[in-house]
Amino acid sequence: MYKSWWKILSVALLIYTFTAGLLTDVPRLPQLQETIRNLYFHVCMWFGMMILFMVSVVYAIKYLRSNNLRHDIYSRQFATVGILFGVLGYLTGTIWMSYTWADPNNPAYASFRTIAREPKLIGAAIALLIYLAYMVLRDSIQDIDKKARVSAVYNIFAFAMLFPTIWILPRLLPSLHPGGEGEGNPALNYNDIDDSMRLVFYPAVAGWTLLGVWITTLKIRLNLLKEQKLIK
Amino acid sequence: MKIFRSLAVFAALLFMSLPVLAQQDVEMADEMRKNGKIYVVVAVMLTILIGLILYLVRLDRKISRMERAGKS
Repeated sequence: MYKSWWKILSVALLIYTFTAGLLTDVPRLPQLQETIRNLYFHVCMWFGMMILFMVSVVYAIKYLRSNNLRHDIYSRQFATVGILFGVLGYLTGTIWMSYTWADPNNPAYASFRTIAREPKLIGAAIALLIYLAYMVLRDSIQDIDKKARVSAVYNIFAFAMLFPTIWILPRLLPSLHPGGEGEGNPALNYNDIDDSMRLVFYPAVAGWTLLGVWITTLKIRLNLLKEQKLIK
Repeated sequence: MKIFRSLAVFAALLFMSLPVLAQQDVEMADEMRKNGKIYVVVAVMLTILIGLILYLVRLDRKISRMERAGKS
């Protein structure tokens, strides 16, 4: 948490993402046009969220095995920043869809009708709500050890629910997102993503995730300081 | 008969070039690139990013200072 090499790496990768993301050539696809560059921002938010939630559940399990409250603090903060990334992913997705999925020739409610039925949107909303319930659960229990134990178990359930809601069901149903019924694995599939985009996409995922980890470590350190003060 | 066949082949070859037009038909930000305004967009985004990063660095240093003070 105290070393700076990976923080500098994060900044370098993000500067690369912002510059190369806008200036390099991208595949010219109808309807998407230049917004395909959102792959380096919107999609990275969701990838970052998955990784942060993964770290959160690892620390939750570590807590259950060791009863060390430090792991519980780590678990909570990673989940918090994961929720932040998820909300940002949702917001950027809303902005993106208003230019690509919404049909300017139809009245707003007609587009909304189709978009509201998009399985990935519903799934992501459910997943985020489950994690928000985790935060409410934490704050509802007074005793620190009981709070840590109950919320660690809930964390495991919440993480498990990410997969059916965001990954499995949306792939089985017809979807506006890439990867819907019959389309296979988008973004990570070797044939689905152009080489020029992969050059920026992979560093972007690393950059955004490291940024998320940096923000989380700051929150953890603040929390640990607070705990110290309480004991004194 | 033979001339019809060669005409048909000729027409087919002619129409095969149509997909090439698909590259030019997709509207992209070429105008912004041509007049250099894309660099303004990049500059603005980088400014915002660097500003936020500097804020993070400031926070990081502040917390490090508090941790060192607490240890004494």
